Amino acid sequence: MKLRTLTLGLLSASTLAFAAHAESITIATVNNGDMVRMQTLTDDFTAKNPDIQLQWVTLEENVLRERVTTDIATKGGQYDVMTIGTYEVPIWAKQSWLLPLDKLGDDYDVKDIIPAIAGGLSVDGTLYAAPFYGESSFVMYRKDLMEKAGLTMPDAPTWDFVKQAAEKMTDRANGVNGVCLRGKAGWGENMAFLTAMSNSFGARWFDENWKPQFDQPEWKNTLQFYVDLMKANGPEGASSNGFNENLALFQQGKCGMWIDATVAASFVSDPKNSTVADKVGYALAPDNGLGKRGNWLWAWSLAIPAGTQKADAAQKFVSWATSKAYLELVAAKEGWANVPPGTRTSLYANPEYQKAAPFAKMTLDSINAADPTHPTVKPVPYVGVQFVAIPEFQGLGTTVGQLFSAALAGQTSVDDALKQAQDAATATMTEGGYIQ
Amino acid sequence: MARAVSTQHKTIATAAAWIVALLIFFPILYTIITSFKSEQEAIQGFNLFPSGTTESYTAVEAQSGYFKFFLNSVFLSVGSTILALLVAIPAAWSMAFSPGKWTKDILMWMLSTKMMPAVAVLFPIYLIFRDTGLLDSRIGLMIMLMLINLPIVVWMLYTYFREIPGEILEAARMDGASLWNEIVYVLTPMAVPGIASTMLLNIILAWNEAFWTIRLTTTEAAPLTAFISSFSSPQGLFWAKLSAASTLAIAPILIMGWFSQKQLVRGLTFGAVK
Repeated sequence: MKLRTLTLGLLSASTLAFAAHAESITIATVNNGDMVRMQTLTDDFTAKNPDIQLQWVTLEENVLRERVTTDIATKGGQYDVMTIGTYEVPIWAKQSWLLPLDKLGDDYDVKDIIPAIAGGLSVDGTLYAAPFYGESSFVMYRKDLMEKAGLTMPDAPTWDFVKQAAEKMTDRANGVNGVCLRGKAGWGENMAFLTAMSNSFGARWFDENWKPQFDQPEWKNTLQFYVDLMKANGPEGASSNGFNENLALFQQGKCGMWIDATVAASFVSDPKNSTVADKVGYALAPDNGLGKRGNWLWAWSLAIPAGTQKADAAQKFVSWATSKAYLELVAAKEGWANVPPGTRTSLYANPEYQKAAPFAKMTLDSINAADPTHPTVKPVPYVGVQFVAIPEFQGLGTTVGQLFSAALAGQTSVDDALKQAQDAATATMTEGGYIQ
Repeated sequence: MARAVSTQHKTIATAAAWIVALLIFFPILYTIITSFKSEQEAIQGFNLFPSGTTESYTAVEAQSGYFKFFLNSVFLSVGSTILALLVAIPAAWSMAFSPGKWTKDILMWMLSTKMMPAVAVLFPIYLIFRDTGLLDSRIGLMIMLMLINLPIVVWMLYTYFREIPGEILEAARMDGASLWNEIVYVLTPMAVPGIASTMLLNIILAWNEAFWTIRLTTTEAAPLTAFISSFSSPQGLFWAKLSAASTLAIAPILIMGWFSQKQLVRGLTFGAVK
């Protein structure tokens, strides 16, 4: 009896001692399929690292951005790992807010990360965030409607073709809109799409001296084309549609074409959530023959704030979550179609993945077609395809987004919207000291 | 004839009240209905008859433990309300029964703090919380919720107390009641409906507060507002799951409101001694 009591006592004491010893790291993340899946697979990590416990904080994208920015700027130390995008990484790394990822382990194979993505997450050749999944944008279209319109979608369409196809596919009496595009104001909503689109029209946000370029003909061509296309062939109330709204419309069979994130391919082709799952085709984002396509580049990535007290444990976790072994783990448990896309070159060479994800090649081609350091035809002083990686861009991008959204809604003319955008950008850049 | 008109009026008024109540309640009802649909049903347009699947609830519970958030919500809303009453009852008493030269200005100033957007003080508050170690702590958040609701609590109690005739308190004093006895045995029993409705309203306000509760918490102190926020996704609307999460979050306060509606309405519409 005594022995049993003693054994039990020792066991409880050792459990308590272990619990006290185990280090707990807090990870801030967004609620999307790949991230939620990772939370269910963390047993693998804790089995390999029994001394590290994981705590998750899942937040809506904009709230997450605001919370992690507040925390990192004040060195609040609430998070040990943060999920951030390609926009934040270069800015935060330059502020010394992020730790360089130099202890990812010998078998991590940094060189396997897709070069375009690695470039967007590095500053001066040092990686500051590891990509969890990457995406570009491309055209998703209804094969049946395209056939009915008597057209064949080329692998690399032009904007003129998109316009022609949209006109032929639009059948408003039956609730079919030729094309669905983002119109909701926001730097990460309509401006992500329009900035990427403007690149293919040869437009740029700023010239080499940071002078705003909304008064140039390239922007006028972009915005006029977009507004005309959407007014004639877009859904009603398009100025309030973002990614989620267009996804719902496409899944309900109300869009002939949708140009948006490559990650949407797995949702529109999922019969559980989409009524058109077996009728979707994919093509590269359109161009205008100027050598640049209207596609973007984004990667949700894991970074470690400089204020953390648990840098080693955090780095171990980042290494696990973005490793090749993690992709294999997901494939083994949930199938290759559910592996987080767009981060590693080796994934796209894997025949099993190619078989499970018919959009794989188009995704990789789209990612490779985006160059964050040379996003458009003319030279620019900034990094970023669908954004400008400067701290002022969140505010300015949203202001311009509101003006362009108003132009789409018909509340203002294209010329007025561009003039106001030029004025707003000039004021912001002068205030920020970019223009002397 | 006069009776007939009044009955007709009554019928119209009742019908109007029902229509308004239904209009107000409809979004909540539709959220509950949607929570019993599959994701595909949820995006297929307006439909009042769900298939009755509970898959969204299962998914929501599997994704994040509801009860931890629920307990935090209960602790924060009830705790902050008790704290607010402890401060507000004496404050409202002194303002109602022995007003000074600046009482009206103080009341207005208290109310004016509610006019400032919360985000304006986010950074100072965040820094104070960081430096005092109160980030992600229930106590810190309880104090915060108490502070933001205090002006409303003081105002409501002040309004109730003002309707209690001062003579009753004077009579108590004449009978030799001390200040403590006066507040506890004379004032409080008379103001019970007022205090109760203030308490209920404050619990509801604290329960639904979504700015500070999301921004000052991470894992330990996060209440149901953070729980709902975690279901908003950048990868799709997921209406069914979001509706299930919202239904779970509002259910306790809805049930509490249902049972205490008499008290709540009485306190909000009548004075203390009517």
